[in-house]
Parts: sequence; C-alpha cells; structure tokens
Amino acid sequence: MAKTALYNLTDGGLQASLASLFRSMLEQGLVSAVMAPMRLSPGGGVMQTLVTDPAQMDMIDLFAPSFPLNAARLVSRLSKKPTGGTVAVVLRPCEIRAHVELVKLKQGSIDDLIVVGIDCPGAFNNADYGKIAADERAGFTDTFLSAVLSGETSFENGLQLSTACRACVHPVPHGADVSIGIFGIDIDKQFLLGAETEKGEGILDALGLSVTEAPDKRDAVIESLIATRETFRNEMFEATHEKTDTPEKLANYLSGCINCYNCRVACPVCYCRECVFVTDVFDHDPYQYLRWARRKGKIRMPTDTVFYHITRMAHISTACVACGQCSNACPNDISLMELFSMTAHATQAAFDYEAGRSLTDDPPLSVFKENELADVVEVKH
Amino acid sequence: MDEGFEPTIIAFVCNWCTYTAADLAGTSRLSYPSNVRLIRVMCTGMVDPKYIIKAFLEGTDAVLVSGCHPGDCHYINGNYKARRRMKLLKTILPQYGFDEKRIKLTWIGASDGIQFAQTIRDMVVEIKALGPNEAKQAAVV
Repeated sequence: MAKTALYNLTDGGLQASLASLFRSMLEQGLVSAVMAPMRLSPGGGVMQTLVTDPAQMDMIDLFAPSFPLNAARLVSRLSKKPTGGTVAVVLRPCEIRAHVELVKLKQGSIDDLIVVGIDCPGAFNNADYGKIAADERAGFTDTFLSAVLSGETSFENGLQLSTACRACVHPVPHGADVSIGIFGIDIDKQFLLGAETEKGEGILDALGLSVTEAPDKRDAVIESLIATRETFRNEMFEATHEKTDTPEKLANYLSGCINCYNCRVACPVCYCRECVFVTDVFDHDPYQYLRWARRKGKIRMPTDTVFYHITRMAHISTACVACGQCSNACPNDISLMELFSMTAHATQAAFDYEAGRSLTDDPPLSVFKENELADVVEVKH
Repeated sequence: MDEGFEPTIIAFVCNWCTYTAADLAGTSRLSYPSNVRLIRVMCTGMVDPKYIIKAFLEGTDAVLVSGCHPGDCHYINGNYKARRRMKLLKTILPQYGFDEKRIKLTWIGASDGIQFAQTIRDMVVEIKALGPNEAKQAAVV
C-alpha cells in the first residue's frame, strides 16, 4: 500500500502549512471544495466548514482538541448524491469509520470524496474544551499538540481528554485516501502525508511531493499509544460491566435519562429518518400509564427509558464506532459511551465484525447464511 | 427457590409451522403447561427485537421464538433473519444480567405437535429452576 511523503513546514508552522496544502489543492483544481475543522472567527470555536475559496483557508485548525460532532453525518449529507465535483473531507479516524458504516447502510457514498484522515491526538469533551481553551483558542492547538505528543495526559486544571478518546484504539486513520500523520514525526519541522488509495496517490503526485519513507520510530510510537489505550479501554469495560450487570443496576446507571434522545441525534450511525421512539407507538394513552402503575405499584416517569437504550443497542451496536458523541450530548452526564462501546465490543465480536473496518464486510444484520449460528438454535430430539 | 413460582413464557410462533404445530398438539389432545402465552406472527422474521426486549422489561420469565426449519420458511428466509436477531439479543441481554437461557429459538414444523408440547414442558421445567426474570423486582422500564 501506502506511498508516504514528508511535507516540510513553511514559516507559519503546522497550521499555516496545512492551510497552504489545502489551498493548493483548491487552486490546482484537484478538489472543488474542502470540508475541514476551522475556527469560525479568531477567538471562536472550531467547527467543520466547507470552503471553496482558497483565500478563506487560513483559519483551518485540524488538530484542535474540540470534537463538537461526529462529521460522518455531514459527509453523508454531502455525498448522498453527486455534486458534480470532488470534495475533500478532513476527518478523524472515528468519523471515517462511522462514514464507512453509513455508506454500507446506503446513507452516503465515497465516490466523489477525497477522504483526508488525520492522526488523531484526541479531544476534550465539549464542556471541558470550552473551559480549557476559552482565552486563547487560536494558539491553544499548538500548545496542546506539543503536550499530547510528548506523552502528556493531564492538562490545565487536571483536565483530561474525553473518556472515548482515552479508550480509542484507532488513533490512526484507516480507509482514508490521504492521511496526515503526526505520531512519531517532528511536527516542528514537518508532517507526514500518506496515500492509501489510487485517488490519494493522484493527489500526492499532483502536489509534486517526492516519496519518502515514514521515520522508523513512527510505528513504535503508534503501537505503544494503542497498547496504553487498549489497557485503559479494557479497564473501562470491566468497570462499566460491574455497574450494569443486572437490570436493576442498568436502570440505576440510566436513572438520570430524561428521554431527550440527544444521544440518538448525536450518534453518527443512528440514521433512521424517524425514530420509532418518537412515533405513535410510544404516544401512549393516559390510561395506559395508570394501568402500568397499577400493575407494578409504581412506574418511573418518563417511561420507556431502559427500553429505549437497549433497543438502541440492538439497532446500532454492530455499527458503533465508540466516538463518544452520545456522552458528549447527554445533558445529565450519563456515561453512555462506556455502556455503548462495551456492548458494541461484544456484539461486533459475536459476528466477527468491526464497525468501519471495511466497505466490503456486510453489516451483520443485513445478511444471513444458510448454515451458520448453530449455537443460537435449540435442537430437540 | 420459591416453590409456587409459575413462570410466564411469551412465545412468538410463526403462522405456518410452530403455530400449526401448537394447533395440532391441541387437536391431538396433548397436554402442556399453561405457562406459555402464544403470540401468532406471520413469520419469525417479523419478530422485532423490541418485542422481546419489551417482554423482558415487562417481566416475562422467558421468550420463545419458534418457526419453520431452515429451508422451510414460507417466506423463503425469514427464519434466517430471526436467527441473526436472536444471536444479537443473546449477546446484548445477558450483559445486563438477563440469563441467556431465557431467550430461546427453536424450529418446530407444522407436523411436530408432539415436539411442540415437549418443548414447552422442558422449557417450563428449565425456567422454574432458573427462577423469576431478573428485572421483575426492579422498577425497570
């Protein structure tokens, strides 16, 4: 696979060099637009922004530790029909994996996209990012990057990256056309550009970059990062299992849920246009609540909360990429990512499937085979 | 173990095979415990996982899904889809403490009245030994 090239930084540093990389992609007509995380104003927050004017590329901020939404949904919006041009979309690894799932569920395409994946240094949850980067957002990303790449895990006021990011075992993009590497690279001087597909190689060739091998230490850096993350993740699974291993404990775990369904809105792979939980099926008649209450003596209001969450597990746990946006969106700080990723890990293993791994593995619930899963069926006599 | 415990079993049975088998068991005057509540569906392939999750949250002690043998599905492949969904539920629900033995899938053909009655008898014995649904006591909805 993979052609790689080292891109030497210009005077302005990493952010300016990345801006100039995308600027030249636009100027050379390699793509008709670029969607990338960008500061909306010099002191403002970071959000995905669709840019067509090369002169407007300056405030690009790919590595800001801010992850307000999983952009797979935006990419799905951009790609479900041809636009007549090619759009480069800059995504974190979990956003790429979510998009792969959406493509398989016929919610988008990769045909007219150049997927640019970044080595992901992680992000804070929304509330923490606001606190930590409030004053000097523009310069904050550089400070953050050099800290995180030197192995720092605790930041101002003892804040840490979001749990989802600390438990993420996919920090390097997979399935991108072009990758931007920072792990094991001296980012004061350069960053690594990789081409993983023919489309990607076309971009590298057109930019006139000469092929260079990635530095030797890169693989080791990535390996050790993943090992640390995996340990953290497994401990997290264990702790979460301990907290939810009976129906009663699960109900307690979810007791703060107010049925706002923000987690479902934020979830990149929960793609139904109309969720069954907002249809008439759950628009119960008033006497129904009383009947339930009479039968059990009491019922929690709002109702259908555990039901909603377990149903969501059934619907999307095979597609969950553990991006953590469910936790980010929860107004009552329920640790949903921990619960979802634990369950998803088990269901994906049960079907020998990994969300986002490839465009050719069929989603487990979309196919069947004649001879399989003998262990599920009780055979008598 | 509560001696007087009578489990409730919700059985989703397909119109073409297992429901017909249950009918045959009845017309053949075979007896089987009344713990089972049959819900006739056109095909096991239409048993939404929600039905099963809801049944457990409402306190059923076991769920049986039963349809045509592989290759015999009236709708060609509904039972294969049901099998995948049951695999999914058998992976998800036990993580939250629902015993996997409470979630059963069987194939019982239209002529297997005897087997239907025996399946229900066996299941009642098994679930009696297992005790009430783990969610029954909690106010879980």
